[in-house]
Amino acid sequence: MTPDTARDLRDAVAAGRRSAVEICRACLDRIDRLEPALHAFLTVTPERALARADELDRRARAGERLPLHGVPVAVKDNLCTRGVRTTAGSRMLDRFFPPYDATAVSRLEQAGAIVVGKTNCDEFAMGSSTEHSAFGPSRNPWDVSRTPGGSSGGSAVAVAAAAVPVALGSDTGGSVRQPAALCGVVGMKPSYGRVSRYGLIAFASSLDQVGPFARTVFDAALLLGVVAGADPADATSARLPVPEFTGALTGDIRGLRVGVVRATLDDGVDDDVRRAVTEALDVLRSRGAVLVDVALPHARFAIPVYYLIATAEASANLARYDGVRYGFRAAMGGDADLRRMYEETRAQGFGAEVKRRIMLGTFVLSAGYHDAYYVKAQQVRTLIRQDYEAAFAQVDVIATPTSPTAAFPLGERVHDPLQMYLADVFTVGVPLAGLPAISVPCGFTRDLLPVGLQLVGRMFDEETILRVGDAYERETPWWKSTPPVTKPAPVPRG
Amino acid sequence: MPVEFTKTDVERVASLARLALSDEEKAVFGGQLAEVLRYAEQVRALDTSGVAATAHLLTLETVDRADDERSSLPQAEALANAPDAWLPAGLFKVPRVLG
Repeated sequence: MTPDTARDLRDAVAAGRRSAVEICRACLDRIDRLEPALHAFLTVTPERALARADELDRRARAGERLPLHGVPVAVKDNLCTRGVRTTAGSRMLDRFFPPYDATAVSRLEQAGAIVVGKTNCDEFAMGSSTEHSAFGPSRNPWDVSRTPGGSSGGSAVAVAAAAVPVALGSDTGGSVRQPAALCGVVGMKPSYGRVSRYGLIAFASSLDQVGPFARTVFDAALLLGVVAGADPADATSARLPVPEFTGALTGDIRGLRVGVVRATLDDGVDDDVRRAVTEALDVLRSRGAVLVDVALPHARFAIPVYYLIATAEASANLARYDGVRYGFRAAMGGDADLRRMYEETRAQGFGAEVKRRIMLGTFVLSAGYHDAYYVKAQQVRTLIRQDYEAAFAQVDVIATPTSPTAAFPLGERVHDPLQMYLADVFTVGVPLAGLPAISVPCGFTRDLLPVGLQLVGRMFDEETILRVGDAYERETPWWKSTPPVTKPAPVPRG
Repeated sequence: MPVEFTKTDVERVASLARLALSDEEKAVFGGQLAEVLRYAEQVRALDTSGVAATAHLLTLETVDRADDERSSLPQAEALANAPDAWLPAGLFKVPRVLG
């Protein structure tokens, strides 16, 4: 049986067939049952969620109908939730209880969604596997010996295991799209500025964007429509009208021009990934899309450019963790001075990957190296952006694999930063250009691990990539697949 | 440009970043940072003369709002997450700043 989508649940509540409380209880039970195997959550909030569900049931009985009425959602733990512990996967914020909600969270709640918990992630969203979480990794429900990807791994796992129908994550270099691909669900990075970053714990401010996870493209469009839009609290949120995203899902992609970057289907891409993506392109063609070869000549510089820019911004953003106003402070002897307190607090509060990135970012911004590394990277960022502009003069969307491989084993890359960074080879260029992109499930490897198809769109044209993703989903069975961990244990024979 | 990171280089950057590192961390990070920077050399080799730098993707405009009085975070809430605070005076407490 296919798990309920957010749309199914909302409609069931609206029709009076199900209550929000009953849906919420079932969701919490499922989380309890799956958590020992998956570790998708850092905090679960049953009392708060059930109280909200009860209130939403009363409002439904009074005739109110909201776009996500009674839908349980999971939220990545780098989005602030008022009064609910928010750690960003870091020991630094182990006991941080934000005094306000992120705008994306308050918009979800205003739309009738119920936050059931906060999901695991790489510390401060820095990583591609959730192994850099200070609270231990999440596990991939398709094979619990493998990572779910990251950094929003917990949100991807929660949706893939059908603990919740939808979740929020954040994507800086691929942190929604890559775990979505590795867990076999839909994940989207909206255009930079589409969703407010207010209350999103900052990693790299020119790249960070909040994005939805869902089992269907429709649900992703529904969630995006709820959280998108200008916000007076975020000067970088775009003051543009928010389209009715679900209305873009017409199923009709005839004549639409889909760009194919041949280099993304070359060596270095797993054979099974190449096969699945090639077959997906055939499906799009059979639906009337026109495949056009495009080149992104500077794409090969995207990883180094990303890691120079993102770490520079991170080193500045993470300067705020000084043990003074909030967060962890190292225990110090009576004669310690302020500077030693800063240094010890940051030494004990941050994990290895965060320290590594702060060090790299501090170095590339330091006197003598700023122009050679940071400004240079910003110049190449311009070239990468211009490549996309030239490609979008010829095509409406660009299709690539989301990740060069399927889910990799836990422990395989955690001590090799460069190998971990290479997991983002197809995703990092997109945020450097600010563009929207979606990952949709497009099949499996021979080992039954999910593969994702990435569709990149023009700036603020989420509608076209949603339409293509939905048209593809209608033609293919992948979205109905559920991972083995969610199936009941086999009944012993005899 | 250093594609090797000596212990002194690592210590200089760690000091700028206010990070106390163990000797083992200094050795490991030095090697790893050098590896990442060697990988980044391909960017430095690219000719970018005349190319403008992209720092941000949006054309930001100054936003105006009505000059209305609004409530702000109450002091007790602002201090609630502090590792050490003196609530009656509304202060964050820190170790000695001056000798």
